[in-house]
Amino acid sequence: METALLDVEGLVVSLPAGAERLHAVDGISFTLARNEILCIVGESGSGKSMTAHAIMGLLPQPQVRATGGRILYQGEDLLAAAPARLRALRGNKLGMIFQEPMTALHPIMRVEAQIAEVIQHHAPMDRAALKARVTELLLAVGLPDPERLRRSWPHRLSGGQRQRVMIAMALALGPDILVADEPTTALDVTTQAQILALIRQIQAERQMGVLLITHDFGVVAEVADRVAVMQHGRIVEIGPVAQILENPLHDYTRSLIAAVPRLLAAPRPPSADAPVVLETERVCKTFRQRSWIPGRGTEVAAVKNVSLALHRGETVGLVGESGSGKSTFARCVVRLLETDGGAIRLHGTNIAKLGRRALRPHRQRIQMVFQDPYASLNPRRRVGDIIAAGPLAHGVPRAEADRRTHELLALVGLDDRAAGRYPHEFSGGQRQRIGLARALAMQPEILVADEPVSALDVSVQAQVLALLADVRARFNLAMLFITHDLRVAAQVCDRVAVMYRGEIVELRPTAELFADPRHPYVRDLLAAVPGRRWLPAVGT
Amino acid sequence: MDFLRRFARNKGAVVGAVVLACVVLLALAAPLIFPETPWEIVGPPFRKPGEMGFLLGTDTLGRDVAAGIAHGARVTLLLSLVSTAVALSIGVVLGAVAGYHGGWVDDVVMRFTEFFQTIPNFILLVVLVAIFTPSITSIVVAIGIVSWPPLARIVRGEFLTLRSREFVQAAHVLGQSSPRIIFGEILPNALSPVIVSASLMVATAVLLESALSFLGLGDPNLMSWGYMIGASRTVIRHAWWISCFPGVAIALTVLALNLVGEGLSDAMNPRLARKARA
Amino acid sequence: MGGRLGFIAQRLVKAVFVILGIIVLNFLLIRLAPGDPALVLAGEAGAADPKFVDDLRREFGLDLPLWRQLLIYMQGILSFDLGFSYRQKQPILDLILARLPQTILLTGTALTFAIVVGVSLGAMAARHVGSWWDSAITTLALLVYAMPQFWLGLMLVLLFSVQLGWLPTFGMNTINSGFAGLEHALDVGRHLILPSLTLGLFFMAVYARLTRASMLEVADLDFVRTGRAKGLPEGRIQRRYILRNALLPVVTYAGLQAGYLVGGSILIETVFAWPGIGRLAFEAVLVRDYNLLLGIFIVASVLVIAFNLLTDILYTVVDPRIEMGT
Repeated sequence: METALLDVEGLVVSLPAGAERLHAVDGISFTLARNEILCIVGESGSGKSMTAHAIMGLLPQPQVRATGGRILYQGEDLLAAAPARLRALRGNKLGMIFQEPMTALHPIMRVEAQIAEVIQHHAPMDRAALKARVTELLLAVGLPDPERLRRSWPHRLSGGQRQRVMIAMALALGPDILVADEPTTALDVTTQAQILALIRQIQAERQMGVLLITHDFGVVAEVADRVAVMQHGRIVEIGPVAQILENPLHDYTRSLIAAVPRLLAAPRPPSADAPVVLETERVCKTFRQRSWIPGRGTEVAAVKNVSLALHRGETVGLVGESGSGKSTFARCVVRLLETDGGAIRLHGTNIAKLGRRALRPHRQRIQMVFQDPYASLNPRRRVGDIIAAGPLAHGVPRAEADRRTHELLALVGLDDRAAGRYPHEFSGGQRQRIGLARALAMQPEILVADEPVSALDVSVQAQVLALLADVRARFNLAMLFITHDLRVAAQVCDRVAVMYRGEIVELRPTAELFADPRHPYVRDLLAAVPGRRWLPAVGT
Repeated sequence: MDFLRRFARNKGAVVGAVVLACVVLLALAAPLIFPETPWEIVGPPFRKPGEMGFLLGTDTLGRDVAAGIAHGARVTLLLSLVSTAVALSIGVVLGAVAGYHGGWVDDVVMRFTEFFQTIPNFILLVVLVAIFTPSITSIVVAIGIVSWPPLARIVRGEFLTLRSREFVQAAHVLGQSSPRIIFGEILPNALSPVIVSASLMVATAVLLESALSFLGLGDPNLMSWGYMIGASRTVIRHAWWISCFPGVAIALTVLALNLVGEGLSDAMNPRLARKARA
Repeated sequence: MGGRLGFIAQRLVKAVFVILGIIVLNFLLIRLAPGDPALVLAGEAGAADPKFVDDLRREFGLDLPLWRQLLIYMQGILSFDLGFSYRQKQPILDLILARLPQTILLTGTALTFAIVVGVSLGAMAARHVGSWWDSAITTLALLVYAMPQFWLGLMLVLLFSVQLGWLPTFGMNTINSGFAGLEHALDVGRHLILPSLTLGLFFMAVYARLTRASMLEVADLDFVRTGRAKGLPEGRIQRRYILRNALLPVVTYAGLQAGYLVGGSILIETVFAWPGIGRLAFEAVLVRDYNLLLGIFIVASVLVIAFNLLTDILYTVVDPRIEMGT
């Protein structure tokens, strides 16, 4: 067996004093061979990203430092290497791409200059050769029209294009190792599929070793040769992808995999005979950017003629990529945004054009759960006040509001004392529970959930989804569930509406839609789900 | 109390707070230490500091410089605080209205704010005070008029971001009333930058007030630090102390206010502070 | 490209509106001032020649309805007629134009000094954040920031002119020296040092603080990490990645500070008897020549607006994202 390209031995990364724990990475060892993709998978705070940064020598020093172990690149210890030697390797033999392509490029340097810079620094060449090399790289990462693209500023490119430019930059000098830190997490699912395919392809062509950091088992199933599972700074299990996914040995790995929603929708009884509680008819919303110079204003039609009906006790999923209009539509339904046309009927009453006052009695019937657990609770109010605020605003007596608060805290699985604490004392998952309790305090009939689990780790996500299912059944709620994650949609929804450029392109019962998509876009979307052929074992 | 501890960790802020407390104390105690008016001629002119028991010397007419500084502290602090209050009320109201309503209201208010921010504010201040004749009222109002725009921008920015934050949207969905949302949800979260910039605005007001008095545009009945410097600048070759000490008083007060402002800012945004010092 | 031109066009239109706004503001100030507007325009009430006051009444149509008066006033100013100074017996525009070059020399020197030294100090502090250098620069900036400019000027005079005798105390050149050519320029230069230093120090402190804060903020951004991942040397990261982006807000701020700079020149020119429009404004205040004061206000505002426009145009050159709208 040939010697490993990269050999990490007992790596320890220390956090600054006062942090939650002593070590972000606590003595991990693994190897990366030439011509393989090793995925490090873990939840937030597992130390996976710190590991990647330690290998590149990019830890935010001096607060966070590698304090133990060795990182051997072809036998040379990177932790002991001089800064100049590290710089000579970085960008040359070790390439890296990051999570946020939107912010990872120099904002006021042209694409060509950014790629050329790395070549000129490590292996200077004359202008003509440089230009040819940049063009060649842009073509290699699948960017069309390299002549135009070379001269572009980063802000003109889409997220996917920027990530391709990042990859081109990392590949510029033919590195031995590519470190990719959540390279597709910020991208839409179809773009993600393309970027993953690109990484796979160039890895094979160039026989590179790729270290890919991810939180997503779908991505693991899609690209990994080997997998390391991290928890609390340690590697709990490492092995070939088939073994880890199909036959995990460690309990933590098992629980993680069990929490991954299966991309297989069970057929559900139709709810068409239940009464319709919410109906939208040809709802439109256009965003206008006004300008006082005539003709310089812009218009974007975000939602175009969206009609759907929601029955009592039914969950309808609204699925789409960013910019599809799903969130805008949800905000129109709860009247956070004014519609430009169409009707929104709550039990037959059109609330689309009601004034503030006339709308108030209808408000409590339809409530919302938000995406960001950190932004959705007022940091300056106690949890109890947050939950009771809605009922109090609608004239419910204080005692009754407090009683509801305590009941709901118990219902969403929080301690009674939580009422007296402030939001920052709770974790992300707990905050989502508080947000749900706030919505339920109004005793609504309809819950609009806008990406309620997409900011959560997979194990927490599973718990919150279970809670939502429980609540829905208990109160016979109708739910409009907005998500970009098709796995989640498959688990949660009775029917799914796929939105694309402001319109619903397909709306059918979930099982049917997943088994036999009709619209070409829906087909593409389903085909792009990472690890779609892998069905995680149902949890034990 | 967490807040006080964080504030106390910033040494500069503590020093600033102590100096500021001394200035306030001096202002409050001025009539006790120097019972006669600071305009009173109490000795021969041009006495050097320390001579004949005059701690800071006497001025061109034989008035006590120390008495002038003590009484000047009252004037300077009072005028700066009131003019800051004027600027605060204009700035917070306009900024809040623009940020909360957005749309054309925001456009109109912001154009108005930009206008006041573009024109040279010290010249406008001089013009206003000169034309409306120098008095406490005209000085206070004029300083307020030229100082509110940055504050309006800050408040507007805070309101704009907070308005689209999910917890404010949640309040709308719950059907809370506009005043409740503004005062209960948004304002408490927008308060810390307002407090910080208010403390920095007091410092600027001290400088503006003293500059006005220096130019002879102070209230003629009030002894102020800027006036003392302005009245004695022509004799600086012979009597440096008359203009030097009031300037030290101004600089110390402004420095103290700035330090306190920075300390408040650090204590209210611990995350940002750590970043800036890291 | 269209976006960039559109941005500049938008700024031009805005500038025109601001100038119109200032004219209206001036007009209102004269009306709102206590006393007869004609007397306000003529200078100190009672001191003016009655015939001159009558002329003013006729010229400004003070017996016509308010909006007519405004039109007449605007017409006058837009045809570059700022009126006549009764006190100085000269057209106001002539008075101002004779003093303007000196003020531009003073403020220009001060601004150049402030930006060059301030940005360098700020960059140095940010690069070695937490070091001895950083504390020294931050403290210096904090001190300068707190000192009243006019007092700082007096203290510098005390030190460099009275005590050390190195530099002249006031004025723009040595009286009756008969210097010409290079000698004259050097003489002016010697006279320029203290006033421009005094005026510039405050803004130096402002730019040093701003540059430091801005660089620390940019240093935390993702693309800087990308630069490090490319293996670029630290010097290049600091200059091409951090400083270059950190300077963008500094450019904007320089535009906004222009007004303060011109305002500060009133104080500095008064302290150093520098024959510019700031000194002229002080003289106008002394004799209550309000018409002259308002004329200076208009000219100074136009100067500041022009400078703002310049920084806006500069901004479109250094930041390509401007086409995305502001």
